[in-house]
Amino acid sequence: LMTAKSLASKETVNGRCWFYSDDDDGISVYLNRELHAMNTVVAQLQTQFQDYLVSLYQQGFLDNQFTELRKLQDEGTPDFVAEVVSLFFDDCSKLINSMSRSLERPENVDFKQVDSGVHQLKGSSSSVGARRVKNVCISFKECCDVQNREGCLRCLQQVDYEYKMLKTKLQDLFNLEKQIVQAGGAIPQHFPSYTILRPDIRPCLDA
Amino acid sequence: MAVGEVMRMEIPSGGDMSVTSPELHVLAVDDSIVDRKVIERLLRISACKVTTVESGARALQYLGLDGDKGASVTDYSMPGLTGYDLLKKIKESSVFREIPVVIMSSENILPRIEQCLREGAEDFLLKPVKLADVKRIKELIMRNEAEDCKTLSHSNKRKLAEYIDDAPSPSPSPSSSTHDDSSAKDFPSSKQMKSADEKFSSLL
Repeated sequence: LMTAKSLASKETVNGRCWFYSDDDDGISVYLNRELHAMNTVVAQLQTQFQDYLVSLYQQGFLDNQFTELRKLQDEGTPDFVAEVVSLFFDDCSKLINSMSRSLERPENVDFKQVDSGVHQLKGSSSSVGARRVKNVCISFKECCDVQNREGCLRCLQQVDYEYKMLKTKLQDLFNLEKQIVQAGGAIPQHFPSYTILRPDIRPCLDA
Repeated sequence: MAVGEVMRMEIPSGGDMSVTSPELHVLAVDDSIVDRKVIERLLRISACKVTTVESGARALQYLGLDGDKGASVTDYSMPGLTGYDLLKKIKESSVFREIPVVIMSSENILPRIEQCLREGAEDFLLKPVKLADVKRIKELIMRNEAEDCKTLSHSNKRKLAEYIDDAPSPSPSPSSSTHDDSSAKDFPSSKQMKSADEKFSSLL
């Protein structure tokens, strides 16, 4: 039973929290409540993060390779995944620009250059687990092989859309991570097994 | 460190040769910056020292300058020198042919894989590369190195002592291989100190 006298009060002085009480119980109850509140916030953020991550797999944005990348990240290298995907998005932008130039004039399309670009894009998207981007690259390569300029232009547009969409999604994911860390929590390390979420996707070797 | 140097550290006087596992120094070659970043991390986590370069030509330069590479992991499809070309050059070089080379490729083409293995590749990894793949090849390379060392310790202790003394004259290489590994590896006990230029020009 807490009396008014024994309840601790809180004050923020110069950005720091100070707890005042004339007895220890009051302090510990107050601290426990504060900690509980903090833990609740962290727990909520962690759930939000986990749910969001799972949804990215379920919607086919990400595949198992993204899971593999997350495994390579630890407290010593907390930005590893963000750095890799950042390099990937830069790569996308650069390759899309150069392929666009190659496809520009109908009478003079350098399909070899486009094919090379698609090959690189397919490789790097595969390395980061960017599933949708990779899948567009498969169709893109087919258009290249038959020298279908219209098809290539459509695929180019689609790959541009997909990488930008993924970029936004992952930005939101990384923001959630930041919020968790700022709230004093740890990033959930449970790795959703994408084969359970999407049994229709099996890890497959490129044909 | 190069294969020969694994042995060099380990001779206590009169004792037997126990091979500890010094850090494997790997040269990773890939024209994709994304893949370089990933393979670097994979190798670091597997307790390897890593140098990454973006082309076969650069790889040869690095080997020429700093031949202390214990192994190399290279992408197959690269502009200029392909991973296969690089593999060939390394295996044809008297100085560098003992460096284990692993090929990586996003394409699962059997004739290509066979060709690389025939040319002396240690193994072939399918991209995207995972941690389990890197751990496996590291173990394979370390195990092969350890086996090479054991072979020498059983049959060439005296020759080994000469090598440790840094005698300039080459000693004959061991004729028999006691492990049942089918690939006949010619262990180069006659690795002389060559200048960087000499090493590099042997690769060209």
